[in-house]
Amino acid sequence: MKKNIFLQTSSQTVGPFFAYGLTAQQYKYDFPSLATGNLRNKNFEGQEISIKGRVIDGKGDPLHDAMIEIWQADPQGNYNTDQESDFFGFGRMGTGGEDFIGFNFLTYKPGKINENSAPHINLTVFARGMLNHLFTRLYFSDEDNDIDKILHQVEPKLRPTLIAEKTNEGEYYFDIILQGENETVFFDI
Amino acid sequence: MATNPWNKRDWSNHPKMIYPDYKSTIYRNPKNKLLNINDIEEIPSPKFLETSMRTIDSDLTKNAKKDHDPIGERIIVLGKVIDEFGRAVPECLLEIWQANSAGRYVHREEVHDAPLDPNFLGAGMTLTDKDGNYKFTTIKPGSYPWGNHHNAWRPAHIHFSIFGRSFVDRLVTQMYFEGDPLFKYDPIFNSIPDKKAQNRLVAKFSIDETIPEFAHAYIFNIVLRGREATPMEV
Ligand SMILES: [Fe+2]
Repeated sequence: MKKNIFLQTSSQTVGPFFAYGLTAQQYKYDFPSLATGNLRNKNFEGQEISIKGRVIDGKGDPLHDAMIEIWQADPQGNYNTDQESDFFGFGRMGTGGEDFIGFNFLTYKPGKINENSAPHINLTVFARGMLNHLFTRLYFSDEDNDIDKILHQVEPKLRPTLIAEKTNEGEYYFDIILQGENETVFFDI
Repeated sequence: MATNPWNKRDWSNHPKMIYPDYKSTIYRNPKNKLLNINDIEEIPSPKFLETSMRTIDSDLTKNAKKDHDPIGERIIVLGKVIDEFGRAVPECLLEIWQANSAGRYVHREEVHDAPLDPNFLGAGMTLTDKDGNYKFTTIKPGSYPWGNHHNAWRPAHIHFSIFGRSFVDRLVTQMYFEGDPLFKYDPIFNSIPDKKAQNRLVAKFSIDETIPEFAHAYIFNIVLRGREATPMEV
């Protein structure tokens, strides 16, 4: 391994006040948003899905001031890194909704990125009280997840914490449990 | 199977997950250790384009100006984004947000009794150039109180969000100002286990970058995780 010369800049919490900067459109502040919770594009073909869920703390309460970013492949299994491609697989939402304290992303079902990988969405969690962001992954309950080499690195009894439940056609539900019983598996990647 | 070529987060330079002096860390972080995953394909980063941004959003004294200039000390914040091996990180997105000069955020749920400034929002974004350099013009933020403990005040700071070259080298942090008397009382700053790492979040006043008759300048350089040399380069 090559030796580093410079040391990583330390992480700090996103704090409680990101809404008017990072998620301005969602919270109706007068500032542009580069990404929202809606990744769909009216000229794009793919299976439309929604991913709804909450971020739950160690007392069992949902966080209304967390921020979730998702990053996913398109239905063919390719990451489109260019923001102007037909499907840019990046989304961002705060969890401070009025009727639901959580997130609800509107997107397309991702394809398999390779033969050892089940369809999944990369997910990053930020919040007041979190000094470091957390990385995890969301898989789908109606897919063959046994082929996935990342899930194989997760203890079998913990794998369900990474699988979104299909609640209706095109609708999935996924709670992120920050601490306690059924704590979500978070990755050091 | 390709192994993830990115250096891991260096936990000697990042805060502990649960740092009880910062009370809300206690219930908002996992008790289990993070699962170390090495055998993973490389995940690219979303790329954001200059064409999707307004140039004015690198100048927070202008991007929400209604009729007057915002109140407070105008400053330049500039620096370079590099990786652990010293390579510049070009065209990476930096988003910032901050309180105004009175220590008040525009956020609706903020209740601190300090005035809002109708000419200042406190949010900006820009991309680094081909050499990894960035520059913002803004107003020096004030300190503000918070409810963590009796007489708790945050040192003045600007929040930074940075996308690197991979999904994994994402960084959210805070930039502080040289000489702030509040550092030793702030559990968020002190959650960083290493004093030198704390000091690297402190922007340094630069007379050379200060613009005569216009604004003081502060330098804040950012180091993202490095990518190991590819087999070709070894
Ligand atoms: Fe802050």
